[in-house]
Amino acid sequence: MKRISKILICSFAVLALPAATADILIRGATVHSMTSKGTLENTDVLVRKGNIYRMGKRLSVSGPDHVVIDAEGRPLTPGLFAGMTSIGLTEVSAVDESVDNALESIEISPMRPEFDVTSAYNPHSSLVPVTRIEGHSFTLLSASPSSSLFGGQGRMAALDGAYDALFGQPVLFINIGGSAAGVAGGSRAGLWMLLQQAMDEASRAPEDNVSPLLTGRGRATLARFADAGTVVFSVHRASDILQVIRHAEKFGVKAVISGGAEAWMVAETLAKADVPVLLNPLQNLPSSFDALGSRLDNAAILHAAGVTIAFSGAGSHNARKLRQMAGNAVTHGLPHDAALAALTRNPAEIFGVEDHQGSIEKGRPANLVLWSADPLEVTTLAERVVINGIDIPMTSRQTQLRDRYTPEQPSMPRAYIKP
Amino acid sequence: MTWQMRLYLAASCLVASALALAEPFPSTYEPLASQTTLIENAVILTGTGERLEGASLLMDGGKLSFVGSGDAPDDALRIDAGGRWVTPGLIDIHSHLGVYPSPGTWAHSDGNEMINPATPNVWAEHSIWPQDPGFSRALAGGVTAMQILPGSGNLIGGRGVTVKNVYSTSYQGMKFPGAPHGMKMACGENPKRVYGRDKRTAPMTRMGNVAGYRAQWIAAQKYRDDWDEYEAKRAEGDEEATAPKRDLKLETLAGVLRGDILVHMHCYRADEMMTILDMAEEFGYAVSTFHHGVEAYKIAQELAEEGVCGALWADWWGFKMEAYDGIQENIALVDRPEGGCAIVHSDSSEGIQRLNQEAAKAMARGQRMGLDIPPERAIRWVTGNPAKAMGILDQTGTLEAGKMADVVLWSGNPFSVYTQADQVWIDGALVYDRADPAMQPVSDFELGQLQGVSQ
Repeated sequence: MKRISKILICSFAVLALPAATADILIRGATVHSMTSKGTLENTDVLVRKGNIYRMGKRLSVSGPDHVVIDAEGRPLTPGLFAGMTSIGLTEVSAVDESVDNALESIEISPMRPEFDVTSAYNPHSSLVPVTRIEGHSFTLLSASPSSSLFGGQGRMAALDGAYDALFGQPVLFINIGGSAAGVAGGSRAGLWMLLQQAMDEASRAPEDNVSPLLTGRGRATLARFADAGTVVFSVHRASDILQVIRHAEKFGVKAVISGGAEAWMVAETLAKADVPVLLNPLQNLPSSFDALGSRLDNAAILHAAGVTIAFSGAGSHNARKLRQMAGNAVTHGLPHDAALAALTRNPAEIFGVEDHQGSIEKGRPANLVLWSADPLEVTTLAERVVINGIDIPMTSRQTQLRDRYTPEQPSMPRAYIKP
Repeated sequence: MTWQMRLYLAASCLVASALALAEPFPSTYEPLASQTTLIENAVILTGTGERLEGASLLMDGGKLSFVGSGDAPDDALRIDAGGRWVTPGLIDIHSHLGVYPSPGTWAHSDGNEMINPATPNVWAEHSIWPQDPGFSRALAGGVTAMQILPGSGNLIGGRGVTVKNVYSTSYQGMKFPGAPHGMKMACGENPKRVYGRDKRTAPMTRMGNVAGYRAQWIAAQKYRDDWDEYEAKRAEGDEEATAPKRDLKLETLAGVLRGDILVHMHCYRADEMMTILDMAEEFGYAVSTFHHGVEAYKIAQELAEEGVCGALWADWWGFKMEAYDGIQENIALVDRPEGGCAIVHSDSSEGIQRLNQEAAKAMARGQRMGLDIPPERAIRWVTGNPAKAMGILDQTGTLEAGKMADVVLWSGNPFSVYTQADQVWIDGALVYDRADPAMQPVSDFELGQLQGVSQ
């Protein structure tokens, strides 16, 4: 018993992060504010009680336990978006019992938009430190559509490791396109038919002689989203994207396109309808008949047309690849500032969390990354990460494995090396 | 029966052993027409570990005439690199282009013959769809050769093939002349999932996996010995000796035991790799390369001592239990010991387009932990090292006089996200030019799609 309690104490010591009370002063950074202030050279940023307290020149810090970081001109950006992921909902993809991001087929009702993945969120997943020490401070927990066109609901999560990491409004996930048609009678037209029927049920109880698609809670959920709620539609084909825009308007939802391999083909329409696109800028292969128009300058074309874009699609375990993906978008014509915005300000604004994440601004929570050099370059590494005012330890299970295997020919088994 | 057929049959009967040894489905690859080309004023990473500044290189008749400095004929096409970088053509040792092509339909899914855990009789080349749009994307990433492997659902997945990255109506037209076949084998979760878990048949466990391989090797040894005995008798003039019955499975395995076919072993966990090395010793064959090797860093010293390469990712991890211990320093740590052979592989139609960026990430991680890894060392991970592991280093993989002129001219330092391949040569022939749409191949599948859409 005694032994058990010792282990517990140990675990808590390892898991608990320092509270966001100590002042953090970052001196002499090139601050990419991602606000109208633009990029500020040789600027100090003072973090107090978790928020950006001041920005300016020659700031000083007082009080005990403060942290001073000399940036020496290196770039300081807001914490990056990690994309739509299952971080905290997935430990090992092929270990079913460690995966909670999708609702498999259940008998009672084929459509369960009320399914909400956030109740499964585990802030102690190893993916949280692995992702945040690469400069990512927030992610959109997403519900993956599996046996229904509705994936369910998710929300933003800060990667600070807290139990109460969730923030922002719920987001609904819907899957559209050739691969989704299988759950709608084999035709993508069936998807729209069923979606229309579900939205009808949400606004009025189904007639007695019709078997309902939704439960009572499902109807209530859809009714809430029909009041300007944010719905992410996973869709690639240009003609399907136009259907999304049309139906979203009819249903009263705020649509976000996810995927959008052919979004560039309908860029003007997307811009006019103010529908943003979450995309993977590396998608340049006709991976399916829905994505024949895939091309590397999709992001650049959309941006030039005035569409708000954000990057996603690096998966959960390797969400840290988004930065490389953004760099490639720059190589293929996207302005550098726009690529950085697609990892910071844009995703925050698209999901209405710009007061929490995506910019460096006085009074807002401190979500900051200090980089060794250009944050979009593949040889650049994150040096320091601050999430919600917490100076994040730059360790993960992976850095500890690295450190365990760094010594050559240790005298004892490596199980005794505990970095 | 035509006289040619009679002649063929007679020849086959007379030299039965030759039938087993002669290479069926031979390469019909011919280098494309080339122009004598001089690239000058370049930073050249030779792939041998050297970096030459302000250097030049001459391609003539499909071969490299000199690398560094030398005299070019007056009629040579001269390209001023203006300080841009030149590397050997990149080589991907682990690709499924053609066998899992785009678009990814069931009809195209031809990489895994999962009907039996041991299928050394199947050859990946017979599944290749040469119209895969992925080949063109890989070319734009500077890839001039690749090994196309069967998948990893089986203990023994079949033969892999090395191709030049040129479009052709047949895979034979891509097949790298003289390259040995590879043979794909797989450790761990995949075979036991496909058979034990999903089909309730052997192997169900890792010990079942090992028992499965060993049974195959025992049969292969007998097959090899039977053929050796037969051939010895024929050589002694014994006209009565009858040839053993030909067996496609055992023929491939015997090819491995004879050293003609190179083993490419999908294996994640360090302990399993150690088991496989012992098994190779038991049956007297060599493992060329462990593929994926997410835990290779745990046995970097052992791999270097055994002369086995690790074909690895820069940062993939966590998609299954055996990939849980992945670290971003894996490649750098496998590269660290004397004789270490690290390779960056893709296993991906996206990754193959950016092998240079994957190498750059791994290089940066190694540098961060204090290892001295300059670009001229890291470029070996995607050029010389895979060429060695695929048995084609005497022909390509480095920039040295006399070798195939497989060359990439980059827009800058290839270890940057902003750098692109400007021009690519295969056997001295310009096959890709970023500035010239006419020199960017388009597969049959993509031709004429999306009519009316302004590109």
